[in-house]
Order: sequence, then C-alpha cells, then structure tokens
Amino acid sequence: MLRRRLNRLFGGDEKRVDSRTIYVGNRPCPATETFIPPKFCDNRIVSSKYTIWNFLPKNLFEQFRRIANFYFLIIFLVQVIVDTPTSPVTSGLPLFFVITVTAIKQGYEDWLRHKADSEVNKYPVRVLEDGQPARKDSEKIKVGDIVEVVEDETFPCDLILLQSSRDDDTCFVTTASLDGESNHKTHYTVPDMEKDLQSLSATIECEQPQPDLYKFVGRMHIYKPEHDPAVRSLGPENLLLKGATLKNTKKIYGVAVYTGMETKMALNYQGKSQKRSAVEKSINAFLLVYLCILISKAVVCTTLKYVWQSQDGQDEPWYNQKTEKEKGTILYVKMFTDFLSFMVLFNFIIPVSMYVTVEMQKFLGSFFITWDRDFFDPEIEEGALVNTSDLNEELGQVEYVFTDKTGTLTQNNMEFIECCIDGFQYTAFSSELDSFCVTDGPVSTFQEKAGREKEELFLRALCLCHTVQVKEAGPDELGGDQVDGPASEPLRPAEQRGFIASSPDEVALVKGAMRYGFTFLGLESKTMKIKNWQNDVEEYELLHVLNFDPVRRRMSVIVRSKSGDTLLFCKGADSSIFPRVRPEEVERIRMHVQRSATEGYRTLCVAYKRLSVDEYAAADAGLREARLALQDREEKLMAVYNQVETAMSLIGATAVEDRLQEEAAQTMEALQGAGMKVWVLTGDKMETAKSTCYACRLFRRSTELLELTVRTLESGGRRREEMLHDLLFDFHRKAVQDAPPARAGVNRSWSSANPEYGFIVDGAALALVMNPSPDTNCSRYRSLFLQICQNCTAVLCCRMAPLQKAQIVKMVKNSKGSPITLSIGDGANDVSMILEAHVGIGVKGKEGRQAVRNSDYAIPKLKHLRKLLLAHGHLYYIRIAHLVQYFFYKNLCFILPQFLYQFFCGCSQQPLYDAAYLTMYNICFTSMPILAYSLLEQQIAIEVLLDNATLYRDIAKNAMLRWGPFLYWTVLAVFQGLIFFFGVKYLFSNPALQDNGQVFGNWSYGTIVFTVLVFTVTLKLALDTRHWTWINHFVIWGSLAFYVVFSFFWGGIIWPFLKQQRLYFVFFNMLSSVSAWLVIILLIVLSLLPDILLGVLRKPRGPHTQQKKPAQSSGGHHQTSDRPLLMRTFSDESNTVM
Amino acid sequence: MMASSYNIKEEDGHHSGSSGPGGNAVRTKKPDNTAFKQQRLPAWQPIITAGTVLPAFFIIGLIFIPIGIGLYVTSNNIKEFEIDYTGIDISSPCFNCSQSYSWNTTTSCTCSIPFSLDQPFESNVFMYYGLSNFYQNHRRYVKSRDDSQLNGNLDSLKAPSKECEPYRINENMPIAPCGAIANSMFNDTLDLFYIDPNGTRTPIPLMKTGIAWWTDKHVKFRNPGGSSSNLTAVFYGTTKPLSWPKPVYELDTDPENNGFVNEDLIVWMRTAALPTFRKLYRIIQKKNSLTPTLPRGNYTLDIVYNYPVRSFDGRKRMILSTISWMGGKNPFLGIAYISVGSVCFFLGVVLLFIHHKYGNRNNSSDIPN
Repeated sequence: MLRRRLNRLFGGDEKRVDSRTIYVGNRPCPATETFIPPKFCDNRIVSSKYTIWNFLPKNLFEQFRRIANFYFLIIFLVQVIVDTPTSPVTSGLPLFFVITVTAIKQGYEDWLRHKADSEVNKYPVRVLEDGQPARKDSEKIKVGDIVEVVEDETFPCDLILLQSSRDDDTCFVTTASLDGESNHKTHYTVPDMEKDLQSLSATIECEQPQPDLYKFVGRMHIYKPEHDPAVRSLGPENLLLKGATLKNTKKIYGVAVYTGMETKMALNYQGKSQKRSAVEKSINAFLLVYLCILISKAVVCTTLKYVWQSQDGQDEPWYNQKTEKEKGTILYVKMFTDFLSFMVLFNFIIPVSMYVTVEMQKFLGSFFITWDRDFFDPEIEEGALVNTSDLNEELGQVEYVFTDKTGTLTQNNMEFIECCIDGFQYTAFSSELDSFCVTDGPVSTFQEKAGREKEELFLRALCLCHTVQVKEAGPDELGGDQVDGPASEPLRPAEQRGFIASSPDEVALVKGAMRYGFTFLGLESKTMKIKNWQNDVEEYELLHVLNFDPVRRRMSVIVRSKSGDTLLFCKGADSSIFPRVRPEEVERIRMHVQRSATEGYRTLCVAYKRLSVDEYAAADAGLREARLALQDREEKLMAVYNQVETAMSLIGATAVEDRLQEEAAQTMEALQGAGMKVWVLTGDKMETAKSTCYACRLFRRSTELLELTVRTLESGGRRREEMLHDLLFDFHRKAVQDAPPARAGVNRSWSSANPEYGFIVDGAALALVMNPSPDTNCSRYRSLFLQICQNCTAVLCCRMAPLQKAQIVKMVKNSKGSPITLSIGDGANDVSMILEAHVGIGVKGKEGRQAVRNSDYAIPKLKHLRKLLLAHGHLYYIRIAHLVQYFFYKNLCFILPQFLYQFFCGCSQQPLYDAAYLTMYNICFTSMPILAYSLLEQQIAIEVLLDNATLYRDIAKNAMLRWGPFLYWTVLAVFQGLIFFFGVKYLFSNPALQDNGQVFGNWSYGTIVFTVLVFTVTLKLALDTRHWTWINHFVIWGSLAFYVVFSFFWGGIIWPFLKQQRLYFVFFNMLSSVSAWLVIILLIVLSLLPDILLGVLRKPRGPHTQQKKPAQSSGGHHQTSDRPLLMRTFSDESNTVM
Repeated sequence: MMASSYNIKEEDGHHSGSSGPGGNAVRTKKPDNTAFKQQRLPAWQPIITAGTVLPAFFIIGLIFIPIGIGLYVTSNNIKEFEIDYTGIDISSPCFNCSQSYSWNTTTSCTCSIPFSLDQPFESNVFMYYGLSNFYQNHRRYVKSRDDSQLNGNLDSLKAPSKECEPYRINENMPIAPCGAIANSMFNDTLDLFYIDPNGTRTPIPLMKTGIAWWTDKHVKFRNPGGSSSNLTAVFYGTTKPLSWPKPVYELDTDPENNGFVNEDLIVWMRTAALPTFRKLYRIIQKKNSLTPTLPRGNYTLDIVYNYPVRSFDGRKRMILSTISWMGGKNPFLGIAYISVGSVCFFLGVVLLFIHHKYGNRNNSSDIPN
C-alpha cells in the first residue's frame, strides 16, 4: 500500500517529465550522446501489504486507527495506570481477542497475496540476451528488455510488440483477466520493423504509466547506420498488456515498457472509495448516546461518592483505613482518577465485541449471496459475486434504483430485424439468400425496391464498416477463413459461429448482411474480403478505421476497392449521422428510424462518401499526423475524424432488436411494488428507451408522460432556456403541487387514484438543467427538476453520457433525506454511476467486466436483482438491525445493575460481577446466539418476501434503527436491569438463603444477577427468533450450557494465578439454594413478560402467519389438539385473526 | 487516504483482483445445493400470537400463585427474633459499653439484655449477628485480603499481598491474617441464657461449627503447613491484626476450629453484599423431638461488647431464626411470586377478554421487536 503510494508520488514527480525514453534491448543508440541507463522500477508485483518484519507494528497501527479499538486501548491503559476496580485483563482480553482475530484474518489474506505475488514474480520468462533467449524470473525483467512470449502465455509486463510469428505482423490476445472481454483482440507490430532484433537499435518515447487500459501514446525512433532515424507512432494497438494472454500466435517478441507496479494492470488495482452503510451511521449515533450515558453515569457516581464521603465517619471508618498513598494524593487528582475508574467500570456498556460480530456477520453473511443457486446462470456458468460485504444490509434499504438499459434491462443479444435502404423497408426474415422480402409496412406503401445499386452499396457498407474478426478454427489453421464456423463448437447457434467483435451490434449487422447474401470473409493483411451475390470475392484494401467512440457515436472505415475508388463508409446513431449527410436524404429515412425506434429496436444509419484522390490524400495525411502526436492525440484525431466525416450521403438504416432480459418486467414491477423508484439511465435514444420502458411496465398506459427533451424544448420555437423554464414550472405544478400530499415518507399508499407520472429527460436537457447559462437561476432549476423526478413513478433519462449518469445519481443521493440509491449496469459506461451510488450492482453481461469489477455486487441477470433486494436485502437488514439493537440492549442491562450497585457500596467502584464474568460476557456467553441469529434469521420466509414486494416498505428508511426502536430497546434494557438488581436486592434483605442457615456474600449476589442476566438476554433472543434451525438450537442452548459449565469449572478450582478466589464454589452454593433458583426463574419470567406481551399486541410482521400455515400445519395441529377445548377454539381463531 | 486503508472491504477488493481464497471455485462451480447454503435449513417457526401466549400466561399464573402462596406461608412460619443491642438509647443496658469504648482497654465491657420469646422455636435455631451501615462491600475493603495467605501458603504468610495495605505489616512483622477484612473481624461475644420460671439461668449450648461453607472451611481456608497442631510455631514471625485482642492461633481452643480455619473468621471473610447484613454466628441444635429448641419464656443475652459501630453510625443486632427449605425469613419471594402470577393471570384474562370482544383489533404500535 505504502509502496504503491510512494510510487504514485514519484510518478507524480516524474509527470513533470511527460514521457519516458526506453532503449530497446538496453543498448545505447547512436543518436544519443551519452547513454544513461534510466532507472525504472523492477518487474516485481507487490500486492501484499505487509512483510514479516513490519506486519506486527503496521497491522497494529492500522487497527488502532479505528476509533473503537483506540477507545478500548485507552480504557486498557487507564486500567494499567490507574488503580481501577477491574483488572486490566477484563478489557485487555477482549481487545486482544478482537485485535488477534482481525490480525489473523488480515495476515492470512496477506499471506495469500504473498503467495500469489511470488507465483507471478517467479514465473519463468525468456528474455532475449545477445540474440539468445535466456530464462529468467519474471521479476527480473527490466524496462527495455526484449521478451519472448509463446502462445497461451500471459504477458509478464507491458510490452510493445516488435515481432510476431504471424505473417501479417499481428497477434491476437485476450484480455479476459483484465476486463473480462473474452474476444480476441488484434494487436499490431510496430510498422516496418526489421526482422533482426539483435541489430535493432531504437528508442521508444512514451508517456508515463497511467491506468487507462485503452490509452497509450508513444513514438519509436529506429536508428539505422546509413539512414536517418525513422519514427513510428505507437498506440494501444501496439501495446500488449500484462495479464493479457497471447492467442492464435505462435510466438512474439516485445520490448518491455512498463514493468512491475507501473504496468497498467497494477495501476488498476486500486482501493475503491469506501462506502459506508446507513446502519453504520446509526451505530455511530447510538454509540454517541451510550458514550453520553457512560460519562453521565461516571459523573453521577463520582459526585455521589464525594457527597457520601463527606458524611461523618463514612470516608474512612476505622475498619477500612486508606493507604498512605491514597491519603497523600490531592483531592482533585483523586476525583479525576475516581472518574476514570468509574469509566472503566462501566465501559462494558460500549460493546467491544459488536464490531467484530458485525464484521463477522457481514463477512459470513455475504457467502449466502454467492452460494445462492437462484443466482446461478447456466449460460455463463457463474453465480453472484460479492465484492464487498460492507453493504449487505443496504440492499434492504434501497429507495432509488438507477438502471442501465442496454444489457441490463435488455439482453444485449442483438438480432438483425430489418433495414431500410433508400426509404424502402426490408425485413430479415427471408430465408432465401438471394431475394429480398419487401414488406408493405405502413411507411413503404409502394411495392417497390430500392435500386439494385443501392442495395449492393448498402450491403457492402454493412460488410465493410466494422471491426469484426472472423474467428479462426484453431491455432493450427492460421489464416483459414471460415465463415461457416468450425465444427468444433457445436454448442453455439449456427449464426453465432465465426464472428468476434467488441460490440454485439456489429456482429448482428454482419450476420444480417450475410443473410442478404453478402458475406464477410475476413481481414487479411489489410485486405477485406467479401463474397457477393454472385459468389464472387471482392477485395478491398482497408486504409483507415475511424474508431467508434461514445462521444462521436459513429465509426467509419476508408477502403479502396479493386477498381481504385476510395470509399468512406460510416455508420452511427441517427443524431450523429443526419447532420453530416445531405438534408434531402434524411427525410426518407427518418420516418423509418423513428418507427423502428418506437418498436424498441436499436437503429443505426449507414452513410457513405466517395473520396477523391486529393481528399483522401488530405485525410490520410491528417490522420497520420494526428496518430503520431504524443500529446492531445485524442483531440487531434477527433478533429480529423470530424473533418473527414462530412458531406456523406445516406444509404439506409438498420434496426436491430435487443430483447428484454428474462423477467425484466416482473422485476421492475416488483421493485416498484417494493416502493423503490426506478430510473432508467441510458445512452440510447429516447424512442427506443421509451419503448423499453413500456415493455418493462415502468410506464403504463395510464402513465402520463412528462417530456423534457430537446424535441419539446425546441418545439415552441422559442429559446431553449425560456422553454425549459416554462416546462419545468408546468411539470412541477402538475406533478408536485397538484398531486395530493400522499407522500408521507416512502410508505405512501399505492393507491391507483393518484395519477401516475413518468418523466423523460434527455442528456441535452439535463445539461441545461444542471449547468444553465449563468443568468438563469441554477439551483432553482435543479430543485424543481429533482422534485418533479421524485414525484414520478418512473423516470427515463436517455442520451446520457456516463458522467451524466453519475451526476444524476449524485443529485438524488444528496437530496433531502439522503435516500439510498442503487445503480445497476453492465457496461463500462455504467461504472461511474455504479461507483457513485450507495450500492453498485454489476450485471455480468456481454460488455466486458468493468462494471462487475467496480461493483459491490455482481449478478448474472437483472432478474436476480429482485431476490437480491427483496429477499437477501430484507433479511440482511433485519438481521443486522436486530444485531445492533440487541448488542446495545444486552450491554446496557449488563452494566445497569453494576451502576445501581454503586449506590449500595458507597460508590466505591466495587464491581458487581467477577472479572471472569465481566470479560466473558460479551466474548463467550452472549455472542454466539446473536451471531447465529444474525446469519440465519428469516422472520419472513424467502418465498413470501419474493411474492409480497410491499413487505420491503416495512423496513424502508432504516425503520428498525431509528430512535423509536432504539428507545424501546433502551427502555427494555433499563427495565430489565432494574428488575435484575432490585429483585436480587430484596432477596438479599435476608442473605440466609440456604437451608443450613449459612449466608451468601457479595459475589453470590453478583453471580445470581449475572445468571439471571445471561439467561434473560439469551432467552430474549430466543423469543425474537422466528426461524429455529438446529444451529440456533445448538448455539442458544449451548451458550447457556456453556455458561453453567464454565461457572462450575471456574468456581470449582482454586486458581493459582488468581489473587483472590472470589468465586470459589459460589455458583455451586447458589444452585444448592432453592431461593436462588426461585428468584432466578421469577426474574427471568418477569423480565421477559413485557416483551411477550408486546409480541401479542403487535401485529405479526407480514402475512406470513397465514401463508406459513400449510408448512407447519402438522405441528400446529398437534398443539391444538393437546390443549383444552376452550383454548383450542380460541387459539384456532386467533391464528386466523391475528 | 491512508485512513481508509484498513477495512475489510479493501481486502475483498484485493480478493477479486489477485487471488481470493476459494473465489475461483465459487466462480466456476454451481453453488452446492445444501440446505444450509441455500438458507433452507429445516426450521421451527414459532409465532407469538395470542393463541400461543395466552395459555402460557395462564399456565405461569397457575404455577406461580401456588408457589408464591407456599413461599409466603413458609416464610411466615419461620420464627425470627431480633434484638438491637447497639446501645444507642440511654435506657439500653449496653449504653454504657457503647459510650465507654476505647481500643486500648484490656478489660472488656459486658452487658446483658433480657428478652422473652412468645412462641417456642421448634427446630434448629440459628443465631445471627447483624450489622447496619457497615460497608463490607466497599471496594477498598473487599480487595483487602490475601486468599493465598489464608490458603496456607507459607510465602504469603511471611510476605502478604500488597492488597492488604495498610493492614499488611505491623512493626516489621507481617500481619496474619492481613487486610482490612480480617482486621475488622466481628469480636463481640454473644451468649444466651434461658431464665427458668424459678429464676435460674440455664446457658444454652451454642455450636461454633457448621456456620461456614464446607468448601471454605476445608479447601479455601487452610492453616499454614496444612496441620492444625502447634499453630503457635507455624505463626511465629507474624503478628496479630491491629484491632484483634489475641492472635489468630488463639481464636479457639478446638484445634479444628483454630487459626485460619476458624469458622467465625471464615464467615466474616465472606464479604456481605449490602451495607446492612447478617452473618451466621452460632447454631442451637435441637436436643430431642419432645422439647422445643427454645421454649417460650424469658431469656437473657449476655454480650461482651468489643465491637465499635458508633463511629460510623452503625447498628448491631442479634437475630434468632429458624430455617426452612428456602432459607431464612423473607416474605419478598412469596409476595413477588404471587404478584407476578396474578399479573400474568390477570393479563391473560384481559387479553382473552379483549381478544373476544375486538376480534380483529390490530394494535399497530410501531415498535419492532
């Protein structure tokens, strides 16, 4: 950690030097006068935090940074220094236990990391030395070394590809372990590289290490003795990343540019920002209250002590003289140490073990998510993944769900549905290869086809304008283009064979073209081959690829046909294409596009442009220059792209269907039923997104849609700002002011009387709201916008940039009442909102692994969200809330008798309980049952939770950890503490409790109170347990048995290490007294009475009482038949009524 | 930034990145279909409803009330007689003793208090002394003892624990037994005489043994060297506690009840829970089944008045009590049982009534469990 930070620090220093220079093969170059071998870090990966030497101090230091641990350390130190009533062991032991457990856990994790590190670091690699490959450990690689990698090996560091065994100077890699994309990516060798690496003399100038996996800029200078140095530009396509695997290529040589902790992979392993759950905040608030109670108790006792001592003869009676030392200390010092002593005596009120238990609960509890078979998806053979266990309970508190559309609501499994060429519509359902099926849809009323020319041009465009690769059969059949696909993969559907692309749209389009008779055969050394209707193979030279990016929302290729024509094909979103084509062509296509979009299809427009020689030369030069730029390469490229992609002519449009995820609609309905508001944030166009919303039943027929989009803003013919103002106020009036004030919290009734509103906003309008021009009232707009959004049942935000998504999440997150937000998405564009939201969920979709890696939880499908929230989230919340309340409760009624005892022992800090009991209470006697409870409790069965989404509202807004319930638990604890203490006190008004007349002393008193306490507290939990598995039985009865056995054991031996044998046979004598038994039973019953009473008066949670009937009918019948007749009728009735 | 470096979450983050324990296994395999992992363990699901709880209320009521009545009757049948002999009142026979007390006097002050029993004490009678406003549970007092010394450890005998301060060493000799508790041992002598109707005083035999816990007498407390013979030699080199008139090896003539195993000392060493307490002093054994242990009539209590309590406003009592299976007289348990039982029963009735009357009432108190 520290090392990484230092690296970053140094990296920051180096940033001043914008680039680093690498000498290939670590050989000096003629151009540089003096060869100073530059210093770079070695190739060792250190993900471990500790070494053997620094583990103890560093780990301890980090643990004591925690406020709670630090507090207990202070208490411990006070006990060591000041003369306190309890020995330092009582608080030292639990602290030691907590620290040790945590240290062992962290040490074990670090050991695993060490193991993984050394596996990576000791991995044998071959480094070219004097032309001969020499074996080395991976960690020995230096920057500048030439490394040899063979097929299926992973790259040991970031390499610039110098030489490949493939003829076309490419190699294939998969980055599955980096970003989860399992497709093969093509990387290229540095252009015009010589074959003899031994004689290669070159330097590489490249940027300093940075974490972005997809960005790299560099420049290579190649020095030849008789020529001028040649310069080659290097981009991400030349860079082989550490962690990626070489595929389909026998062997490559590359020069190391970034090593060790500077590789992009290492830079990407950063701790995410910590998310804290609302429960944790509640805990802290409660802690504060208890701290106040603690301090006030100590103050009261200290005051009373001195009041009491001021009475005659009480301070120092003849039988109880002070020591010389005590007499000597100054009054105020004495008062202060007394105060500290009381603090120590009562410090158990702050539960030391709660943190451990909470953490254990979270850690162990999260396994239930990974173990859940319902989350297992047979398609990808994976279940759910938990990246953090800190937020389990937050899953039960979600108020806002932000979902991505593509890949989340929809399957991202594209199917070519139809296309439109020159205004005529074609569907893809025709199975015949050579014939188009023209439908007479509502638009295309003419039974006419577009011209053959146009059709062919359109299909060629589809075949050429993409970055799809043809999958090769295997490593042994290099170059064998097989469109029909290898037979070795019979599981795949026939159409899926053969094509690999980063975006499923492209595959769908190429396959669509294939169905119309134009087959893409593959790309071979810059030549694209397609097979046309006549089964002729056409060849095109691929000159440039103008890559797709989400800002431009389009991509282009420039190809040269055999006949010498230079053509530019462009495809992209309508909004980005339409302004760049001739306007008269737009109208014919636009209707199609809009119609397709409303049906929920994804539409792309295809355009082309014939480039003249001059034009091409200009574009070519511009592109090359931009690509060579070391700085601002992106911007420069963008500018050239924009320049080239103009004045095109529109050929047609395509429609690709993205099917809804399984059970998407049911899931959304369940979420809404659970009181969550679902917002769809998508980059897609409004019509498509809207139709998806309808399909998902987020919008219903009755929903009144409020649109705040560019279209509505521009419809009035006025300035956008004015229109925005009017619309916002109009919507606000409709949705907020006129709406009946039903919004009393989230628990509003789901009455159908209220009109439902759906709100649609697009990126441009949002930008206006968020960042309006300076003269308008910015914050006013934002709050209006937020209010409108909050009053709508569903909100759709379309045309969103990734950052805007995060912006929206942030806005809601920080709004009044700070609602808990959840973001779910599958793509890299969702990462920002996943990180921003309280809970980030990644869908293990097809768009790579970035979302999953950055998420807190990952699930294979959207439908799993329902169970994750409604069942797991609900249960976790109930469990942890109960855990927290119970912990405070049990410690309050533990300490209260001790506090009360001070009034009867002259406020002398005499502990009521023995030190062993003080220490063991939280560690052994009462910790296991609550842990078992907090892992296993299901107050409401999972099926019932899934069926009744409304149950989720019962726990909304942190319902179980608000001040009301907290007060209830506190009052209960106080009540029980009073009962424990005074019950036993009245018993001890005559301490002769045995039938032989012998009397009990103060330790018997404490033991009786403690016994009542342990039993009551455990039985209270037993009363709250609604789900008794054998584990609960074992742990609850086991704890009680353990207490009894321990007490016998502890009191049965004269312990040589103890100064005082306080408890010697105390427990045994207690059990031999009938009165003690009777008082214990009485006090337990009396303490539990209010709780049982409330249990009767309270409505049972949820409808499970009725629904549970069949499940436990057998047991129930036995019970009823055993009871007297009167009871039976009554109880049968009550079961149905209550 | 460093502050966030310690948390569980980061570890988890590393897991997914580098090498989670078992992470790979979980990721590739379908989760096991065990009841535990699927949270489908067979479970008993009790529900607190009026139907299940009302019978319990009635049952508790029906069990507790008889127990309470039994306890109350038992407690009432216990005979108890109590005399305050502190001598605060000027009319009290012990007034002089309480006034003229000084530590240095070697001559002990005696007083005798006559009393009469209205009812005979049939079974064994237990004689207690009671102190009030005596803080035996004061922290400084409670810890001022050395159990190892009392257990016969020879090292501790010569070098008592520091906890005993300031009652540890006197005139460079270790005190045995050390500490405030032992030092302040109750040392009044109480004797009981029966006054025959004809005026003769018959001393009532008081048993000194059987008043301490068996384990204390036989295990926890032991004379140094383990033997009870020749205690004078064993305790050579130690000195008596300051306020004791005689050393520990002269507490009793009976060698089995002398030194550290003297039962009066053991009883005193068991510190009381509350500032008002009683301790067992003597036992009056029932002689035969025909005559009561203490017949009704007149008695005198002869007190050798040694123990000063006036300085801290304390009281001294002598209590005669019979004992039942539940111990000494204490009406609290009986009353408590009867009240709790009644409350349960009453609640049961009320709930039953409410339940029948307002069948579908839902008290929506928003207090979660």
